[in-house]
Amino acid sequence: MANVIKLRKGLDVNLKGKASLETTQTKVEGQFALVPDDFCGVKPKVVVKEGDSVKVGDALFVDKNHPDVKFVSPVSGTVALVERGERRKVMSVRVDADGKQDAVVFQEKDPLKLLLESGLFGFFRMRPYDVVANPEDKPKAIFISAFNSMPLAQDFEYVLHGQEKEWQAGISLLAQIAKVHLGISAKQSAAALTVAKDCTVTIFDGPAPAGNVGVQINHISPINKGEVVWTLGAEEVIFVGRLALTRKVNLTRTVAVAGSEVKAPKYAQVLVGQPLAAVLDGQIDEQKSLRIINGNPMVGVKTPKEGWLAAHATEVTVIPEGDDVYEMLGWIAPRCKEFSTSRSYFSWLRPRKTEYTMDARIKGGERHMIMSGEYDRVFPMDIYAGYLVKAIIAGDIDRQEALGIYEVAPEDFALAEFVDSSKLELQRIVREGLDILRKENA
Amino acid sequence: MNAIRKFFDKIKPNFEEGGKLHAFRSLYDGFDTFAFVPNTTAGRCGTHVHDAIDSKRIMSLVVIALVPALLFGMYNVGYQNALAAGQLENATFWGMFWFGFLAVLPKLIVSYVVGLGIEFTVAQWKNEEIQEGFLVSGIIIPMIVPVNTPLWMLALAVAFSVIFAKEIFGGTGMNIFNVALITRAFLFFSYPSSMTGDDSVWVAQDAICGLGYSVPDTFSAATPLGEIAAGATSLSSSLTDQIVGLIPGSIGETSVIAIALGACLLLWTGVASWKTMLSVFVGGALTGWMYNALGLSPLTACQHIVLGGFCFGAVFMATDPVTSARTEGGKWIYGFLIGFVAVTVRVLNPGYPEGMMLAILLMNLFAPLIDYCFVSRNISRRAKRATQK
Repeated sequence: MANVIKLRKGLDVNLKGKASLETTQTKVEGQFALVPDDFCGVKPKVVVKEGDSVKVGDALFVDKNHPDVKFVSPVSGTVALVERGERRKVMSVRVDADGKQDAVVFQEKDPLKLLLESGLFGFFRMRPYDVVANPEDKPKAIFISAFNSMPLAQDFEYVLHGQEKEWQAGISLLAQIAKVHLGISAKQSAAALTVAKDCTVTIFDGPAPAGNVGVQINHISPINKGEVVWTLGAEEVIFVGRLALTRKVNLTRTVAVAGSEVKAPKYAQVLVGQPLAAVLDGQIDEQKSLRIINGNPMVGVKTPKEGWLAAHATEVTVIPEGDDVYEMLGWIAPRCKEFSTSRSYFSWLRPRKTEYTMDARIKGGERHMIMSGEYDRVFPMDIYAGYLVKAIIAGDIDRQEALGIYEVAPEDFALAEFVDSSKLELQRIVREGLDILRKENA
Repeated sequence: MNAIRKFFDKIKPNFEEGGKLHAFRSLYDGFDTFAFVPNTTAGRCGTHVHDAIDSKRIMSLVVIALVPALLFGMYNVGYQNALAAGQLENATFWGMFWFGFLAVLPKLIVSYVVGLGIEFTVAQWKNEEIQEGFLVSGIIIPMIVPVNTPLWMLALAVAFSVIFAKEIFGGTGMNIFNVALITRAFLFFSYPSSMTGDDSVWVAQDAICGLGYSVPDTFSAATPLGEIAAGATSLSSSLTDQIVGLIPGSIGETSVIAIALGACLLLWTGVASWKTMLSVFVGGALTGWMYNALGLSPLTACQHIVLGGFCFGAVFMATDPVTSARTEGGKWIYGFLIGFVAVTVRVLNPGYPEGMMLAILLMNLFAPLIDYCFVSRNISRRAKRATQK
C-alpha cells in the first residue's frame, strides 16, 4: 500500500466551466509554433532557416548553454517564420504543417541520450530554480505529479485512459535515469497510477495545491542546498512512453478547454504548439472582453486567440477579463456573488458545490504586506512563505537560501497570490528571485 | 451608478500626467477606488483570478468593529458629565448621547483631517496609491485619549505619529509601532497633565450648544485604576458599571460589552488573530491573579482585565497585524507578554496607573525578535537536514 500524506492547508476554488469528459479531435493543419519563453531558463539558438523542411522530432532551436538540449518540431512541414522581437529575441519558431506527420526515428539506446536527441528532455524541469533541467546534473530523483489540483485543470485520470501502456513505459524509462517518485491523488483509482511499477507511489490527500510537484517534493524528500531533482509533467511521461515504444516523437496532448466563457467545455486532442483557434473557434463570444489563458487561471499565461498552445499547458481556459466591470463601494457592499476566503463576504454561506464565475480583476490595490498568516494557510510546505517573499523583495540572497527558496517554484505561490489581500504579484516576485539567484550561482 | 462613473471618467484626464489638477492625483485615486472597486486586471503571468478581499475591506471591517465602542463612548461622555453635575435624574439618554457626540466629533475630525492630509500628501509625493491604514488609526486615536484633550495637542500628536511612526518607515505595512499608540504615547509623555494629571481630564466640563452641564473647574474624577494608584484598596464603582462602561476613562475604552461586540466581528471575519487576542487575556489574567495572590494588588484578575484600556488594547491594538508577531507560534508569546507587561506596569510602577499602552509598544519592539526565533528554528531545521543526509 502506498504511503498516504494528508495535507490540511490549501484551498479548492470551484470555478464554473469544468470540461466534460469527452474529447474532440483536431486536425493537424495551419501554422504551429514553438515559443522559447515556454521553456524557462533557456537561451534559444535557432537551428533551422525559413523554408527548411522538418519532420516531427527535428530540432527547431537548442539551448545556447547546453546545445544538446533540443526543442523539436511537433509537426512535419516547412519552417515558415523565425519571429524575433526586441533585441532580436526569438519569440517563436513557426512551422507550416503538411499534415503528414513524418517523424524522425531515434535508435539511441541510452535513455538520457535518447531523451536529449528526441527533444523530450526539454520538457524536464529542475528544482532549484524551476527551469529546464541541465543534462549534466545527477538528479537525486525524478518527481512526477499525476494530478493537478488547480481549478479547471485537466483530469489526468481521464487523459490516461487508453494510454496506460505508454504511461508505464515512460516511467520505466525514467527509472533508468534516476529514482522516480509518483504523487497521486486520493481520488484517483486507476490501476496504472495506484500500482505503477518502477516508481515509489505516494498518495496525497488534501486541497490544492496538493497536486503541485513542489509540495509533494517537500513532503517526500525536501531539496537541500546542492541537490537537484527533476520534475516532469504527467502527460509528458506519456510522451516519453510513446518514444520508448515507437522510437518516434509524438507530442499529442489531451487538453481541457474550460472556463466560464467556453460554450461547451470539454477535452480536445491537440499537439504542442497548435494554434489556439483550433480549439476555441466557435467556442467563445468574440465580442466580449475575454482572457484566454494557456494553462489554468491560477498558473497560466494570458495569450491572444492568435497564440499557440504552450509547451507545458495541459488546459486552455477562458474567463471574463472584467475590465468593463465597475462595482460600487466594494469595501462595504455585500457582493454576494463574489468568492472569498474572508467571512466578510458571504461565500461561506453558500454550498460547497457552488461554482463561481471569476474575472481577471485583482479587485483591490497593491499594498505592502499587511495581514499575517494569509499565505501560510494555503502553503502546505515547511517554509515561511511570507518571510521568503520578503527576503526576495529585499534581494537578500543568503536569507532566501536559508528560508528554502531552492524548494519552491512560482506555481507554489499561486494560491497565496489568490488569497493575498495586499494583492502582491507573488509568482512574478518568486520567478524574479529565482532568476537572480540562478545568475548569482552560475 | 453610471452617472457617478461617468463623472469620474470625465474628470479623470485632469488628474493624469499633464492635467491641470495633477497635483491632486492621489486624492482622485483615493476617491475613485473608494467609490468603485478598481478594475485593473491581473498581469500576463501569475494568478489570473483573485479573492475579493482587499485591504480596504479589511480596514473598513476594523472601523465597523470599533463603532459600538465609539458610540458607547459618546454616550458615556454625556453620562459622566451629567453624573459630575449631579443632574443624572434630569438627563435624557439622547441628551447625553448628543452631548458626547458633540464632544467627540471634533476629535474625530481633527484626527482624520490631519492624518489623512499627511497620507494624501505623502502618496502624491511618492506617486503611490493612498493606503487605507489610517482609516483605522484615525478612529482609534480619539477613542484612546481623555475627553478633555485639547484639539491642537491631538493634531500635533497625530502629525508626529503619522510622519515619524509610519511614513518614514515606508507607510502602512512597514511601521514598527502601532500608529495610534504612538499618538497616545506622544501625548502621554509630552503633556502628562492633560493625559492623566490631576484626574480632571476624564469628564467633559463644559456644556456644548446648550447640551450637557457645566461642571466646576475643580471637579475631578479618577478612573478606577487611578484610584488604585492613589492608594485606595477598594473601588468606588461597581463591577457591573465597569463591564457596561459607565466609568471615567478614555473615550472608547470603558465598555467591555461594546468592545466584545467588535471583538466578535474581528474574530468571526478572521481580521484579528484569535491567538494574539486570547493570549493577551490569558497573560493579563494569570499575571493579575499572581499579583493578587501575592498581595501586591487589591484588584482581582477579572478586574485587571475589565478596567482601563486592557480590553480595548487586546482587541483592537495588540492584534494590529503589521506591528504584532507574524508567526503563528510567535503570536502566543507576543500576546501573553503584552498581558503580563500591562498588568505588571500597573501593579509595580506607582507612576503609571495604566500599562496597556506601554506594554503593546514594548512588545511591538520585541515582535520581530520573537518572530526571528521562530523563523530561525525553521532555518536551522533546514540546515540540519542538509548536513544529515
